Order: sequence, then C-alpha cells, then structure tokens
Amino acid sequence: MIQFNQISMRFGGMVAINNCSFDIPGGQITGLIGPNGAGKTTAFNIIAGHLIPSAGQVLFDDKDITRMPSHKRQALGMSRTFQLAHEFGRMSVLENLMVAASNPAGESILNAIFRPKRGQEAEHQAYNDAMETLRFLEISNLQDEFAANLSGGQKKLLELGRALMQKPRIILLDEIGAGVNRTLLGKIADKIDQLNKTSGYTFCLIEHDLDYVSRLCDSVVVLAQGELLMKGTVDEVRNDQRVIEAYFGGGKYEDYA
Amino acid sequence: MTADGLFFYFVAFMTMGGIYAILCLALNMQWGFGGLFNAGIAGFYAVGAYTGAILTSARSASHVGGFDLPIVVGLIVAGILSGLVGWAIARICVRLKADYLAMASIGIAEIIRLIVVNEEWLTNGSLGIAGIPRPLEKLFNGREAELVFVVFVWILVAVTYLVAQRLRVSPWGRVMRAIRDNDVAAASIGKDIQRFQTETFIVGAVFMGIAGALSAHYFKFFSPDATEPLLVTFLTWVMLIAGGSGNNRGAIAGALIIWAIWSLTEMLTNQLPTEWATRSAYIRMLLIGLFLQFVLQRFRSGLVPEKPPELRPR
Ligand SMILES: Nc1ncnc2c1ncn2[C@@H]1O[C@H](COP(=O)(O)OP(=O)(O)OP(=O)(O)O)[C@@H](O)[C@H]1O
Ligand SMILES: [Mg+2]
Repeated sequence: MIQFNQISMRFGGMVAINNCSFDIPGGQITGLIGPNGAGKTTAFNIIAGHLIPSAGQVLFDDKDITRMPSHKRQALGMSRTFQLAHEFGRMSVLENLMVAASNPAGESILNAIFRPKRGQEAEHQAYNDAMETLRFLEISNLQDEFAANLSGGQKKLLELGRALMQKPRIILLDEIGAGVNRTLLGKIADKIDQLNKTSGYTFCLIEHDLDYVSRLCDSVVVLAQGELLMKGTVDEVRNDQRVIEAYFGGGKYEDYA
Repeated sequence: MTADGLFFYFVAFMTMGGIYAILCLALNMQWGFGGLFNAGIAGFYAVGAYTGAILTSARSASHVGGFDLPIVVGLIVAGILSGLVGWAIARICVRLKADYLAMASIGIAEIIRLIVVNEEWLTNGSLGIAGIPRPLEKLFNGREAELVFVVFVWILVAVTYLVAQRLRVSPWGRVMRAIRDNDVAAASIGKDIQRFQTETFIVGAVFMGIAGALSAHYFKFFSPDATEPLLVTFLTWVMLIAGGSGNNRGAIAGALIIWAIWSLTEMLTNQLPTEWATRSAYIRMLLIGLFLQFVLQRFRSGLVPEKPPELRPR
C-alpha cells in the first residue's frame, strides 16, 4: 500500500535517514523498530507529509505522494498518531474526537453562517462515534475536560481515538503504548488486531516493546542510525545478530527482556 | 449634570461602546477562534469608514463622489471592500508565524493610513470628509436621532454576535479552534489550514470594515485622526484580552468595560492642570494598562473565559 522508496532525509548536516526503502503492505500490520534516534518518527513524518524528504519518493497505491500536502493525505485514508501527544488543548476531549471526523458541509463557512442546520447528520454520526470511541478507550468520564488537562497516558489514548475517528484505511501508530497501562494496552492490541482482521485496516506501528510487536506484527522493519538494518518476520528479526547488536549492544534479546 | 444629560451621556457611551463591541467580536473571530494576530485593525476600520463616507455623503467638489447612496449599501460595500483587503493580506501572510503576521498587518495598516492622508482626490486628505448622513435623518432630529442611532448600532452588534456565535458552535469553528491549538495535528486530520485561516481573517475584516463605516455615520465627519491605531487597534486588543479571548460574550463585555474606563478617565484627566493636558492620552493608556494587568492577574483567561460549546446534538 505504501512504498518508502530510496528515501534520504537530511537536517542540515545531520542525516536522519539514509537511502532507505521498505513497504507497508495493505491489510497487514507492519512493525517499525530501532534504537532511539534511528529515524522512525522521521519516517512517519515523511509518509504523513509533515516533512518532504531530501531524496526519494513515497508511493501510496503506486501513486507518488512525496510532495502532497499533509492535509490532503487524510482523504486517501491515511491517519497517524504522534509520539509526543498533539492534543487540541483548549478543546474538550469530546471535541478533540469529533473534529477528527470529516464533515465537509458543516465545515463550510457559508453554511456555518447562513445554514447552520447543514451537516447536522454528519455531526450526529460524529457524536455517536466519538462517544463509542471514548467508551472503548475508557475515558468517557473525561469527555468534557480540556484536553490540555489530561495526563500523558490519557493524551496518548486521545491520539489513538482521533486516528480511529477518521475511519482510515491505514493508521500509523507512533509508540501508542508508551505511558499507557498494561491492561488497556492489551485491549488496544485486541482492537488493532480486530480492526485489521475484520475491517481490513492496515497498520504500521513504531514500538520499543518487542513482545508487543511480536504479538501483533506480520512483519518488521528495523532501522538503526538512519540505515535500514533488515526486514523480516518477528522471529527472523529477533534472532538476527545485527539487530541484536544495534538494539541491545550484543547478547541475546531474551537476556534483556 | 441633569438626569436627561446623564441619560444622553449614556446613549453616547453605548453608541461608541457598540461600535467597539463589533470591532472586538471581529477580532475574536481572527484571534480568539483562529489564533491570527492582526495588529492592523485600524487599517480595516479606515477602509470601511472611508468606503461608507464616500458612498453615502452628498456630492462634493473636494474629493471623489460622494455618491449619496443609501446607508445600507454603504455598510455592505464597506464590509466587502474591507473583506477584500483582508483576503489579499491573508493570501500573502496567513502562512507566516504569528509575529510575522502581526508585523505585516501593522505595515499594511500604515500603508492604508498613508493613502488616506495623501490621496486627496479620494479622501480629501487630512481635511476629512464631511456631511456623512445618519440613518433616518429626515424623520428624527436632535436627541431622538441619537436614540435612533444607538438602536441601529446595537442591531448590528446583535447581527455580528449572531454570526460570531454561529461560527463558534459550528463544525467550522471547531476546526478553527483545533488549528489554533495545534496546526500540525489539524493538518494530520485532513484540515486545510490555509483555507480556514484565510476564511476567518476575511470575516473578521468584513466586520471591522462595517464598524468603521458605522463610526463614520456616527461622527458625520471622518478624517485620518479617527483611525489613530492607539484608539482603534490598541483599545480593541485590550478589550478582547480583558473580556476573554475566544468567548463572544466576553468580547462584548470587554468592549463595554474598557470603553467605560476610557470614558471615565477622560473626565478625570479633564480635571488636570493645563500643562498636563497634552499628556492626558498617555495617562489614560497607563490606567488602561494597569487595569489589564489587574484583570489578567486575577482572571488569567479574561473576565468571561472561553468554554467549549455544548455538544449534545439536537
Ligand atoms: N526536525 C528535525 N530537525 C533536526 N533534526 C531532527 C529533526 N527531526 C528529527 N531529527 C533528528 O533525526 C534523528 C532521528 O529522529 P527520530 O525522531 O526519527 O528518531 P526515532 O527513531 O523516532 O527515535 P525515538 O525512538 O527516540 O523516538 C535524531 O537524531 C533527531 O535528532
Ligand atoms: Mg520517535
């Protein structure tokens, strides 16, 4: 579905990604792992259109979207979460979710002024979806809270909720688990699995917890210091000497788990 | 002062207060909902005022027009022209970070001011435009006319409030606030930031233009002195911040309270010895500044803070 094609990204003199290529196949759950500073988030920023790479292309269903503005990619069915929560601080939690739903009629300024009833149906739908999402994320009690007042973990849940609200085809999850409690994390894994198996959602997730990655991912891409280290199944990756060295500085993964 | 005098002092107060309320609601659309720092309010106000003045005043030898058109036509065209200026500025500047937009808007307001002062064929330069009519002038005169005008102003305040309120509670307004809070995330959920920011800048500009035209009708005479940034831009900003940025009722409350302080301090400074009189404007600014400090110390988000609109769909 997405092809990351010979991409390089330089920030001034610093090379964050050096000529990397990998695929995110449709209908699958792909893991993106690597040590801190490997370039994982940068790769997401390029796929989502927040950064334009110094070289290479991003293809979406074989179409070159390298320079497409980020807001247009949502219409393709792409959504993402941010590693550092990007909540809408002075809006309620409920509004944070509802704004992520698409409502072209309601979002027209002329309708807003002259025909405020337009877009009510979509608004209703968005409200119901948002309530449902809040229940799933177990933050219904926070619906009227300003998002700025949430805890770190709650903000991560809100990120996930916003991605779900868009009913996308592919969701890019940047360390969605960081700071979220284990029980809920298990539920989120179930949900990801279910969305993938029954609704055909494609996922790409960045995660440091290899057990979580093993549980969910069909295949894994490993980055280290901006280089593509390897791609393969979870087991192949776990036992690969290069990965063990880059990730764990030698020794076996199990020694560190 | 007699009771009658007091009453008409109040009417005059509410007239200017209402015009400021429109300015303040318009700024709230740009800054409160949209996070767009417009430091050139006086420019839009001037465009509106001169448009209204030229279109509605009687034919004059000293400048273009007047065209003796109905006041409503003047108001509408004033809004449209001011909105067009807003559109042009937004096209260029909306992408800029807040501080650059502020600088650009000050610059453009200054350019408009220079045009107003220097293009005498259009605006009669520093002599100003006289003979600007008021609504229903032929039917009422004297103090009745004052009453008619204050009602006219507050009808327009109500219209502005209605538009601002509809914008605020609509899905459009929600997107606007999302962009204000985090533009990167707003783009990631598919919102075209530039489109929304341009739109809110334009509506704000339209109402600033209408406020300008209203004040031209109120003064009956309009010269560049009335577009002094201190009186227009600075006061409107203080009103919005003190009243509660993001909240439309806060914007109106802020306008009336600050205008009250401004008017009362005039009474005070009138008592000052003559050698102080030239400094009175600055003393009043100082008092307003102190009041703003006081409000922001006690109420961090203004007197009537923003709160999310009720969301239970009907
Ligand atoms: N906007 C930027 N400007 C300059 N350098 C950047 C920028 N974004 C990322 N970098 C650099 O690129 C490198 C890769 O960063 P990135 O955030 O992609 O790492 P990551 O793999 O997501 O790490 P982590 O697991 O810690 O989140 C880092 O060295 C970072 O400092
Ligand atoms: Mg990262």
